[in-house]
Amino acid sequence: MDLNYTDEEVAFRDEVRAFLKAELPKRISDKVLKSLRLTKEDMEEWHAILNRKGWLAHAWPKAFGGLEWDAVERNIFDEECAVAGAPRLVPFGLNMLAPVLMAFGSTEQQQHYLPRILDGTDWWCQGYSEPGSGSDLASLKTKAVREGDHYIVNGQKTWTTLGQHANMIFCLVRTSSEGKQQEGISFLLIDMDTPGVEVRPILLLNGEHEVNEVFFDNVKVPVENLVGEENKGWTYAKFLLLHERTGIAGVGFSMAGLDHLKEIAKDQKVDGKPLIEDPYFAARMAEVEVDLAAMRTTNLRVLQAAKDGAAAGPESSMLKIKGTVIRQTINDLTRRALGPFALPFSSEALDVGYNEDPIGPEYANPVTGDYFNNRKLSIFGGSNEIQKNIITKVTMGL
Amino acid sequence: MDFQHTEDRRMLADMAGRYVREQYAIEDRHKIAAGENGYSKEKWAEFAELGLIGALFGEEVGGFGGAGFDIAVVFEELGKGLVVEPFLANLIAGKAISVAGSDQQKAMLESVIGGETTLALAYGEPTTRYSLNQIAMGGSTIGNGYVLNGHKSVVLNGDSADHLVVAARTSGTAGDDSGLSLFLIDANSEGISRRGFGTNDGYKAAEIMFSKVEVSQDALIGTEGEGLSILETAIGWGILAVCAEALGAMQVASDQTLDYLKTRKQFGVPIGKFQALQHRLVDMLIEIEQVRSALINAAGHMDAPANERDWHLSSLKNLVGRAGKLIGEESIQMHGGIGMTFEYSVAHFAKRLIMIDHLFGDTDHHLKKIIDLSGKRAA
Repeated sequence: MDLNYTDEEVAFRDEVRAFLKAELPKRISDKVLKSLRLTKEDMEEWHAILNRKGWLAHAWPKAFGGLEWDAVERNIFDEECAVAGAPRLVPFGLNMLAPVLMAFGSTEQQQHYLPRILDGTDWWCQGYSEPGSGSDLASLKTKAVREGDHYIVNGQKTWTTLGQHANMIFCLVRTSSEGKQQEGISFLLIDMDTPGVEVRPILLLNGEHEVNEVFFDNVKVPVENLVGEENKGWTYAKFLLLHERTGIAGVGFSMAGLDHLKEIAKDQKVDGKPLIEDPYFAARMAEVEVDLAAMRTTNLRVLQAAKDGAAAGPESSMLKIKGTVIRQTINDLTRRALGPFALPFSSEALDVGYNEDPIGPEYANPVTGDYFNNRKLSIFGGSNEIQKNIITKVTMGL
Repeated sequence: MDFQHTEDRRMLADMAGRYVREQYAIEDRHKIAAGENGYSKEKWAEFAELGLIGALFGEEVGGFGGAGFDIAVVFEELGKGLVVEPFLANLIAGKAISVAGSDQQKAMLESVIGGETTLALAYGEPTTRYSLNQIAMGGSTIGNGYVLNGHKSVVLNGDSADHLVVAARTSGTAGDDSGLSLFLIDANSEGISRRGFGTNDGYKAAEIMFSKVEVSQDALIGTEGEGLSILETAIGWGILAVCAEALGAMQVASDQTLDYLKTRKQFGVPIGKFQALQHRLVDMLIEIEQVRSALINAAGHMDAPANERDWHLSSLKNLVGRAGKLIGEESIQMHGGIGMTFEYSVAHFAKRLIMIDHLFGDTDHHLKKIIDLSGKRAA
């Protein structure tokens, strides 16, 4: 048993830190750490900086120009990025589509799409959920009918994150209604500029636009945009879920969030004394700190096991549940810490360049919105209820 | 024992409930909230006409209610529609006047009850958090009156109110229980500047700056230096009101969630068939009954000695803080993605429930008060 990173891992961490210090624009990290709005250009800029460094494809196999960082290295990178205030990399092309193309795509697809993911030519979004198919994803109805050398796609996708910025969408579509639901699903790549594709915004409870509905009305998709075999799409989607274990716990975000919370709790006063010294609030903070310290090790144990070649079990589901609950608890405490200043909200003040005085402390404005917005963490990517079903199935043998 | 409301209060509740259901749809509410004052002068006048403002005050000031259960039934119905009209601001400022104001000051409540004049209670400051004795704003005597200097924070409906009830310190320093005085002043008095803003749950508040605001002796409410107990009484009414409002909002959130569990189908069945969700909805229903009982306890003790009254009010607020978080968060979670949207109304009820914890003291603030008061209650 050795709780420390190896010398190589420490050296790697220091290298990541030095890179972030030198290359992550302060203009962008300030926005992230202050929870201000990021523009499309901000996200593209960070993407390009990592690409120049050659670190964008750090998880990809060397055969595809990647670095093959192992799970522990990837986790170090994610944690350091989160703490430094790097924007979250949009995962849809880089971490979701790319592994599927590498495993199941044609050589032509690999050669065409993978470089375009790296150089930012394509911004991918994900077309999985539908209004009637959320937790029960396999019931999806968006239909693709083969006509000559095209598929004709009709249907609707929803909760499409950042779809307003995307030019490409990878979709699960129904190509057969025979047999089991899962066996009639195909994995299709669709250019969003094709006639018949329409993106409509869905505003979230805090008024922000980050998800969309995407409608398909007789959209013609060339057959060469099918990934792998027809009716095998479910297998490809599941492959992805099983292999995605790093990052799922969001430990870096929790660490950054806890630091922010402590700063606020030092600044806020209760009866003239810092909130951080208030035994009631301190107890709440201590509990989540205990949870996070243990979570961090659970995460590392899982990642180390993955590095050592262990088969995936129910761990990712456990990490997702506990990780999201901890992040939400930190959001909850940060909101509580503000006292009456959790109430005021100005949407304009989330944009850089807003130059009126803040209402209350400078850090207050985004906090409550973040708390509400992060209720999504336990809903998306397979709700925590679905994760519990998965763990039940794997562990209980009932 | 009898846990039924009187016939009059049942009629009051029915009338308020019908108006909110029929005239205050959630889409209208959003439009009103986005408007300039954050409320609708027409709706406010209609509420006045229905007698719902008058129901908050006693006959001695021209109202026709004013007891704990009157406030409870009205605000419960307002909570079911997330009504943004300035009931709360006028209740707490009006109660300060009705418990300690001069005859001349009380006379103003008639036009408040009529919907012609609006009030706001300016008490919190940037560093008071939830502790009323932390008020530091200066109110020094000058000639035959006072001069006010300072900064009031998050004043509910303070941007649009015609008159302000202002808490200032005429002696002592922050943390002293004595030395606070309340003043009723014209909100447009010279030296007052107001900056209105919206809140996360769709209401309006203001930061208000006082710079050498001169007020006359007759603006004083009650006795100089003894404002804290008046303020505590006024805030106590506010606690009762927002908790009743929370009860209304909780019922709508849980009704909507139950409806969703019955209609949303996944895996071929309504998701309400899953026991994991059934039990969670049941937990919500149990908490709602707890809140109703705590509300009855508090409403029934509004005229009790202050320590006894405050124990019940703090218990209520603590319970509502905990239950509001459970019901707000679970309503969203059990709805899944649709619960996260602006368009679907359950999120707005959740937002109000969470934000209520930030009004008049949060869960922890009242837990401390309960512990502090436990030894001081009459046996």
